[in-house]
Amino acid sequence: MRVATIAAAVVLAGVATAAQAQQITGAGSTFAAPIYAKWAEAAQGATGVKLNYQAIGSGAGINQINNRTVDFGASDMPVPADQLAQHKLMQFPTVIGGVVMIINVPGVKSDEMKLTGPVLADIYLGKITKWNDPAIAALNPGLKLPALAIAPVHRADGSGTTFVFTDYLGMQSPEWKSKVGSSTSVSWPVGSGAKGSDGVAGTVKQVRGGIGYDESAYAAENHLTTTLLKNKAGKFVAPAMQTYEAAAANADWSKVKNFAIDLNDQPGAESWPIESATFVLLPTDPKDAAQSGRVMRFFNWGFEHGSDIAKQLLYIPLPDSVHQAIRGAWKADVPGAPK
Amino acid sequence: MSASTNTAGPSQGRRNLGDLLFAAAAGGLGWFVLLLLSAIVVSLLVGGLPSFRAFGLHFLWSTDWNPVTQRFGAGVSIFGTLVTSALALLLAVPIAFGIAFFLTEIAPEWMRRPVGIAIELLAAIPSIIYGMWGFFVIVPIMGQMVMPWLSDTFANVPLLSTLFGGAPFGTGILTAALILAVMVIPFIAATMRDVFATVPAVYKESAYGVGCTTWEVMRSIVIPYTHISVMGGIMLGLGRALGETMAVTFVIGNANRIASSLFDPGNTIASLVALEFPESPAGSLKLSSLLALGFILFVISFIVLAVSRLLLRPRPV
Repeated sequence: MRVATIAAAVVLAGVATAAQAQQITGAGSTFAAPIYAKWAEAAQGATGVKLNYQAIGSGAGINQINNRTVDFGASDMPVPADQLAQHKLMQFPTVIGGVVMIINVPGVKSDEMKLTGPVLADIYLGKITKWNDPAIAALNPGLKLPALAIAPVHRADGSGTTFVFTDYLGMQSPEWKSKVGSSTSVSWPVGSGAKGSDGVAGTVKQVRGGIGYDESAYAAENHLTTTLLKNKAGKFVAPAMQTYEAAAANADWSKVKNFAIDLNDQPGAESWPIESATFVLLPTDPKDAAQSGRVMRFFNWGFEHGSDIAKQLLYIPLPDSVHQAIRGAWKADVPGAPK
Repeated sequence: MSASTNTAGPSQGRRNLGDLLFAAAAGGLGWFVLLLLSAIVVSLLVGGLPSFRAFGLHFLWSTDWNPVTQRFGAGVSIFGTLVTSALALLLAVPIAFGIAFFLTEIAPEWMRRPVGIAIELLAAIPSIIYGMWGFFVIVPIMGQMVMPWLSDTFANVPLLSTLFGGAPFGTGILTAALILAVMVIPFIAATMRDVFATVPAVYKESAYGVGCTTWEVMRSIVIPYTHISVMGGIMLGLGRALGETMAVTFVIGNANRIASSLFDPGNTIASLVALEFPESPAGSLKLSSLLALGFILFVISFIVLAVSRLLLRPRPV
């Protein structure tokens, strides 16, 4: 009995050290959690790196990497340059995700309703309150719009998705920019909040007249009723991989520092207007350079082999030029970068 | 004989030492709880200090909660916490009283145990289940049936038309209060049943003997005898309602505005803290404000619990 216990303990300890030897830990973005999990599963054989990722929210992820309790942090919102310098962090994007509008208007099917940024801002400012408002009717001459109250729904928890959406509204409406602004949570003038992507989707589904915003991947997986949006070129585009990719390809990555690019409202006739990259934060002074090396090896695998997995989950892979730039930045800033 | 003295001596000594050790350990654990509690209070207060310092007492009633401009106030969430809890009690107390009355006075003997156990089981359901039930079952019923009916019925009554006005989205203060009421009913009903059972049978029998009806016995004997403990049970329910987080978060609508109508969305301290915590950077004013909110909730709960303890304390008969 005793021998058996000791033997079991020894075996367990052996397993634990074997697992820990190649384990990297990360925390943060819930939005990016599914793709990191899939990449980790697929990459383990090739890289020998096991990922322990905790989707605790971008803000909490930044806290954890600032305190160096994890090997990398993940945030949906680019971290300002001064804070990167203060906490000795290097930032790079991993994948891109779109944000789509979901609605619940009786008689209106997916991708039938046309909306514009200024109209969305007015809805969330409480200036447009009915679905048959002249501003919406003018955009949708073919649709029969009911005289139904609009129920704007937003994320109640702090969220990178809220940052992307409010940032877009600020670009489209000066009033939004001055009155509300953009952040992971804002002081919403009207509407009700729901917890998480699923909460927003569920509330919109249940409330007649509801409108909300959600991540493209979540909306596609759950077959939510989405809308068309007008882009910078003046074209109405449908939320799809093609339009997300067009926006990412049309963005000018060369001009921004720390890859902190704003992908909202990019030029191009095909571009989807609301999307954003999600970021990873690495220490530039790691306690253990080998751990950072494993993190970079893992994400490098994702860049090289993970594009198809990303697309299956409806994330948009970064353009190859950006992958190259990231590898360059690793070599320049992070000890332990792969050669 | 010598053997017996030999064994008695040391074992006596061991037992004394054991007693001492046990007393020390038990005492230590008791003090540990007190220490833990005060550590929590102090750390909440210390964490919240920057926020109290930045906004002063104004923090307590300011209705701002704007992470963009870094203006924070507890007004909306304190309002939401108190209003939903008060409404919940308003709905729960009569029902809980009815249950307790039925169980102690009317129900046949064979029914009392199963119904009593069912009530205790209701109290054991995790709050997330109530939240999901509220969101998927109660919210659509409220939005499509109850709320439109209420606003139609009271459309021409001056005060009530405001209280039951606004777009019927199903979520909001009223729905949150309803879910809370269902959650606190078991607590209040169980306490009431227990204290009703403490009324000496001879009092009740005397009352029945002079020809009282069941209701008269309840009103003139049982309630006067137990009313303070009943209040204590209600405060216990209030304590649960104040701190409830997940169930409320699902159905209250989570908006930082003072509601004018019962259909409007609102917020409570507990749900605001739960929602905003993950996106609060360390050292930020937002995190400090959330900790300050936690401290305020602690103070409110402490007052409620203290009052309930005071009312529920054993009284000399």
